[in-house]
Amino acid sequence: MRPNDHPAPGGVQLRHVSQPLPHDSAAKHVQGAAPYIDDLPEPAGTLHLAVGGSPMARGRLIAVDLEKVRAVPGVVAVLTAADVPGKNDISPAFGDEPLFAHGHVMFHGQPVFAVAAETRDAARRAARLGAITVVQEKPAVTVEDAEKRGDTVLPDYAFIRGDASAAIDAAPNQIAGQFRIGGQEHFYLEGQVALAIPGEDGAMHVHTSTQHPTEVQHVCARILGLPDAMVTAEVRRMGGGFGGKESQASQWAAMAALAARVTGRPCKIRLDRDDDMAMTGKRHDFRVDYAVGFDDEGRIQGVEMAFLARCGCSADLSQGVVDRTMFHADASYFLPELIISSRRLKTNTVSNTAFRGFGGPQGMLAMERIIDEIACRLGRDPLDVRKVNHYGPERDTTPYGMTVEDHDVGAAILEQLERSSNYRERREAIAGFNASSPILRKGIALTPVKFGISFTLTQLNQAGALVHVYSDGSVQLNHGGTEMGQGLYQKVAQVVAEEFGVGMDRVRVTATTTDKVPNTSPTAASSGSDLNGMAARMAARQIRDRLAILAGEHFGVPAKEVVFRDDHAFAGNESLPFAELARRAHAARIHLSAAGHYKTPKLHWDRQKGVGRPFFYFAYGAACAEVVIDTLTGENRVLRVDILHDVGRSLNPAIDIGQIEGGFVQGMGWLTTEELVYDKDGRLRTHAPSTYKIPVASDVPADFRVTLFDGENREETVYRSKAVGEPPLMLANAVFCAIADAVQSIAPGRPVPLDAPATPEAILKAIQGIVAAG
Amino acid sequence: MTHSNDPRGASRRDFFKISASAAAVAPVVASTALHAQPEQKPDPFAPVEVDLVVNGQRRRMALDARTTLLDALRRHAGLTGAKKGCDHGQCGACTVHVGGKRTLSCLTLAVMVREPVTTIEGLAATDGALHPMQQAFIDHDAFQCGYCTPGQIMSAVACVKEGHAGSADEIREYMSGNLCRCAAYPHIVTAIQQAKTQMEG
Repeated sequence: MRPNDHPAPGGVQLRHVSQPLPHDSAAKHVQGAAPYIDDLPEPAGTLHLAVGGSPMARGRLIAVDLEKVRAVPGVVAVLTAADVPGKNDISPAFGDEPLFAHGHVMFHGQPVFAVAAETRDAARRAARLGAITVVQEKPAVTVEDAEKRGDTVLPDYAFIRGDASAAIDAAPNQIAGQFRIGGQEHFYLEGQVALAIPGEDGAMHVHTSTQHPTEVQHVCARILGLPDAMVTAEVRRMGGGFGGKESQASQWAAMAALAARVTGRPCKIRLDRDDDMAMTGKRHDFRVDYAVGFDDEGRIQGVEMAFLARCGCSADLSQGVVDRTMFHADASYFLPELIISSRRLKTNTVSNTAFRGFGGPQGMLAMERIIDEIACRLGRDPLDVRKVNHYGPERDTTPYGMTVEDHDVGAAILEQLERSSNYRERREAIAGFNASSPILRKGIALTPVKFGISFTLTQLNQAGALVHVYSDGSVQLNHGGTEMGQGLYQKVAQVVAEEFGVGMDRVRVTATTTDKVPNTSPTAASSGSDLNGMAARMAARQIRDRLAILAGEHFGVPAKEVVFRDDHAFAGNESLPFAELARRAHAARIHLSAAGHYKTPKLHWDRQKGVGRPFFYFAYGAACAEVVIDTLTGENRVLRVDILHDVGRSLNPAIDIGQIEGGFVQGMGWLTTEELVYDKDGRLRTHAPSTYKIPVASDVPADFRVTLFDGENREETVYRSKAVGEPPLMLANAVFCAIADAVQSIAPGRPVPLDAPATPEAILKAIQGIVAAG
Repeated sequence: MTHSNDPRGASRRDFFKISASAAAVAPVVASTALHAQPEQKPDPFAPVEVDLVVNGQRRRMALDARTTLLDALRRHAGLTGAKKGCDHGQCGACTVHVGGKRTLSCLTLAVMVREPVTTIEGLAATDGALHPMQQAFIDHDAFQCGYCTPGQIMSAVACVKEGHAGSADEIREYMSGNLCRCAAYPHIVTAIQQAKTQMEG
């Protein structure tokens, strides 16, 4: 349903902003006419790449025999680490991951060489003929393997407040436990792909499916040994990103660029799905060891949480990801005394990376699990334990020293959803159902979300935009944000059209490219519209102000009295069509182009000390989920979900509701059906949709109620909106907690030994565990 | 391949004079080397003639016999609407209609196809008016990244024609072969319900 019933924010009548407009490419998408990189016409002579991966997860790489590969008809070039003219390094920051393995291999499937051939088929056949000799060493596959070796990708890190250990001991009640949280494959429907086209003087133009064109530019330049200015990275749209194209797109773009450099021909790489799943990083999986002390109401007095992250073979983005796990280990709750520690363990598995929520979901889920255990111990409703622990007056300082200024928003959402979902009545009804249903058991949970908005690496909180007004009054908009389906292009275009008072049809959005807006941050951390919307508005406003001066002179009024709306500039009863004004501005030699640059205010973060304000604001939400499980098979179904979510004043409610529903379902997949399995040799055994189960239409709850919370961002964001990309994913914590609640009904008072994901197997295991504990 | 007994299908076949069939596969070009050495095995890579009717247009191509319908459409017919998501027949992004039935084009060899093919590019009316299903997907925001959308829409049109769109539950079940990682599923179901009314009305 198109949510036309959402009122304009604050009673202000806006023409575009806050309207539920369709996605910018809607008409093209339904006709198959929106080109992704693999759909672009290939330049004459384009070669195709295939990758040869390591047959072992760990060992010394002593020989790579590629004679048979080269002999395959159609093969034009075979590339290894020796062919890299620059630095053999694709890492985003820490210099610890090569384009091609050299000297040793770090994970099963790690790229060792690439083949460039006249056809994709020839390249793939040839790639299979490489003879890679590795002196195998025992791989570290699990966090326990890595712990034994003491191998980390980055130093350990902790937030400490007070004396957690003493506080736990002094509390009336204590619980200690261990919890495992699985990873997640992005499964963007469009796999990793890049097309590199060599230009003059050694320049390179790379079409890349990436959330971070600037990083692709930098990595390609580094591999080729070129200044950044010689490389252009361009992306019009992605067929899904979800974090999987933040750092992970660089390798394939750089491989295509290297092949284009070596052969002098355009080169394209599109990973086969199995290769994509084996060769690209995923959401971090964790083991969490915890101890908590609490009073008889369930109020936490002290907590210790140790997050052991499987980071894989390199640091990649693990610093920020695991930091964000720690930032969200408080979930929505005040923790008076605490140690939240983390280890970033190095394993011989693909390097784990960004995934929607960027570590936050794991931290939050671990805390929700602790809350559930407290409730179980005290025989209280988990929602009541959530409420007594929720941030509130005098209890408003996060573990990292930031004050939660608007905790009342989170609390109001909890209260409102509790009422609108009829939580209490349904809990009663479920207890009645379970009392008479020995096999099928129902469970319910209502969990909050509080997600910090901003990159925790402060320098990334900036954005640029470039706006041109042409002399016919048409507008071209470009900014550093990338479009991956989240509707960013449309939202920013709405902002710019609003600024000029022109119709959406007058604003042309062009592909994100490093030669129009340079030095961009990734489209990540839910910040796309906050940052780029603001930058674009600032660019548009500069031009509008220049036009207002001209119009003011024409009408004989001060510039500030000129109003831009309905495709005209107005002064009192007089008006000029926007196009006419643009024409006159050009004739009057007025600059009709502007660059905007925005940096998020108020941020400061001292990682060394672990204090500051890493987030501009928080996005809030809550979900109530009801599930049924079959205690004989572990099968489960989500029966009903109620969501109340805070997007501030929505820039586009149609897009925001899509983000909320989609984020929730993706989170539900992470916590129920999506299971990554590595064998003892470090091989990923779930490398296709046949063995890795993402949600389908029939998994979505039939009764699915999503409401936008009525409120505005108290911080000065673009039109008082709030970020929406990641926070809804964590609404799915309610599903996990509801499943645990259903298991709990079998033996109230005993802890539920359920790990995530709650697959049927995990649920059966938990049922057996809780029964055996008696 | 499913062979339709639908007489309309047969007459359409006659009309379009489809000549390619699995039984009639033969190399188009015989190399001179083959003539000189008749005892040599035929080159398995030699192209065979594939004669398709796609969106009402006849398309004759010389292809490796192992070319999938998806690759024939995308790489040889210039129709990139059908997408390659998994290439395993598990994601549904490549769904097209063959003889009016939804078919995974990545699991179908082009040489096997004897009935007319409809892709997302051929769904709108000749005057450019969108198919009710296409319009419904726009009306209900039934996509985000759009990559699965052509497959979803082709599957959805077939779902309605098969009579499997009787209820939201039935739609969810019969659309479960088409993955949408953005999870626009609730909107897809609503869109199909709207389009069904118009398609049957």
